Amino acid sequence: MPEMIDQIFVLLKHWIMGYVPSGLQPLCSAILSVLPVLVVFPLLFAITTVLERKGLGRMQNRYGPNRAGPWGILQPVADGVKSLTKEDVVPRSADQLVHLMAPILIVIASFLVYSVVPVGRNMVVADLNAGVLFFFAIGSMVELAVFMAGWSSRSKYSLLGAMRAIAQMISYEMPMVLSGVVAIMAAGSLSTVTIVNMQAGYTGIWPHWYLFTPWGITGYILFMIAATAESNRCPFDMPEGESEIIAGYFIEYSGFKFALFFVAEYLGMMASSAMAITLFLGGWAAPFSFLTWIPSWFWFFAKLILMLMVFIWIRGTLPRLRMDQLMNFGWKFMLPLSLINILSAGLWHYLPSGFTRWSVISLLLLLSCFLLSRSLRRNKWFQERTYRFAS
Amino acid sequence: MLGNGIIKGLAETARNFFGSYVDKERLTTVQFPEERLPQIEGTRDFPFLVYDGDDWEKGLRCVSCHICEKECPPKCIFIEKSKDKKPDAVGKLQFYPVRFDIDVSVCMSCQICVEVCPFDAIKMDVEFELSSDDRFGGLLHHKDKLAKSNEYYHKIHPTEAAAVDAALAEDREKEKEKQKQAAAAAAAAAAAKAAAAANPPPAAETNTDASSKEETK
Repeated sequence: MPEMIDQIFVLLKHWIMGYVPSGLQPLCSAILSVLPVLVVFPLLFAITTVLERKGLGRMQNRYGPNRAGPWGILQPVADGVKSLTKEDVVPRSADQLVHLMAPILIVIASFLVYSVVPVGRNMVVADLNAGVLFFFAIGSMVELAVFMAGWSSRSKYSLLGAMRAIAQMISYEMPMVLSGVVAIMAAGSLSTVTIVNMQAGYTGIWPHWYLFTPWGITGYILFMIAATAESNRCPFDMPEGESEIIAGYFIEYSGFKFALFFVAEYLGMMASSAMAITLFLGGWAAPFSFLTWIPSWFWFFAKLILMLMVFIWIRGTLPRLRMDQLMNFGWKFMLPLSLINILSAGLWHYLPSGFTRWSVISLLLLLSCFLLSRSLRRNKWFQERTYRFAS
Repeated sequence: MLGNGIIKGLAETARNFFGSYVDKERLTTVQFPEERLPQIEGTRDFPFLVYDGDDWEKGLRCVSCHICEKECPPKCIFIEKSKDKKPDAVGKLQFYPVRFDIDVSVCMSCQICVEVCPFDAIKMDVEFELSSDDRFGGLLHHKDKLAKSNEYYHKIHPTEAAAVDAALAEDREKEKEKQKQAAAAAAAAAAAKAAAAANPPPAAETNTDASSKEETK
């Protein structure tokens, strides 16, 4: 019975496919795989927005939205109606075609990455043998869309926002990929399904997640920091810094196009979380061996919501970084540490298992983290400014 | 160590998050339409017209002197003066406003009309929920909407209203005194005239005679 509940969506698909004529089966199969992604993740987006607003409210000692429906749970519906009924304003001097294409492209890119995310046992839209690579490649399409939006709006603020976004996203793309590499090294595969399957075993009651290794937790933390920067969220939300450049690259968007950017931001955040879960948190695997009777898709979404809560918590806590802090952190801390992490993952593979390799690798990572953070914290002595014309 | 401050901050927000569910004191938001803070006595927003007695049309204190209309900085008051006169609260014949309009969308709540009114006829209200779906007409308040009783004024601004009432009573007392004197004088004059009429003196010295007679009286 637990197996049946676990596979209920797969069985449902097979049952529907039984009624489809064989000529239409490939198309129908694709639609049946894609449709749940197009329904579930936007729904999750809607839930996340209201959770975020209420959670942030509570962190600031106020009620969040509580007017639309009981406890404000219908707030996303109200927001959706509002953005759909708003006038769609396009600046006269904007590049009309690119201006229209940018939000569409960003949403397409955000949805495409879900095709390689295994949301449950046997539940993945496409098991590509280079799934992780596909994820990162499509993920960088978002940058293109962001720059298209900023450029085509023909507004200085949106262009500034787009420039910031490009600088930040490219800088953090690298640590993100490099911190993900350790999981690929350990699993020996680029396929997301294989990576999850490799983590699905248990020792006693403890799972074989990559999180529970020194390089795994380092990689996970680095990945999450980079993912926060990739999805333009606090404290890395300089591309849309409301207090500096109003809303950054999507300043000139209104109505539903604006909503599409909003959707894309959250979908990107969820996709990064999903990839972090796949690479380090064992995907759909249960956290303890005695909990495996609970369906695999439940565990995936439970982990996803937990990660989203962490994102919200971080957003409620940290103020926005400065551009130089961001760049220093990205290039002087994240990148070297992720390279050292790759090295330590390799060492881990060749060292004999046991206490020795744990202590050696942990020591290596802690020491490098300490040294790198010291170099970040070192006081910078700026040249004293002289003003030639000041008397 | 890197990240110390981040952990401290995370602990603080977590404390706020869970604390706000446990400790209601943390949530200072007033849920407006259901909960309201009591208004302080000095609250004021838009002017209204005070009337004495029960009938607002009869009891309106305004005598249509146009002072407030002229003083109003944003010119939100419009008054049309009556052609005839009606007795006011103390029975004196006065002009009255045929039209008295205040456009609250223009009014800036400066209270200058209240300061300049010599009749204490215009005062500041505390009613603020004036929104209307009629953009122009709904915010142009006519005489009937502006007229509010003196009791209402006492309710919203008790101290001020008491002071105003005392001042008004004093004025009215003086007015009555003056009226009485005037009436007495008039009566005396009338009596003198009557007396003079009763025994007409010689035509040439009539006036001087009469006056001297009165003086001696």
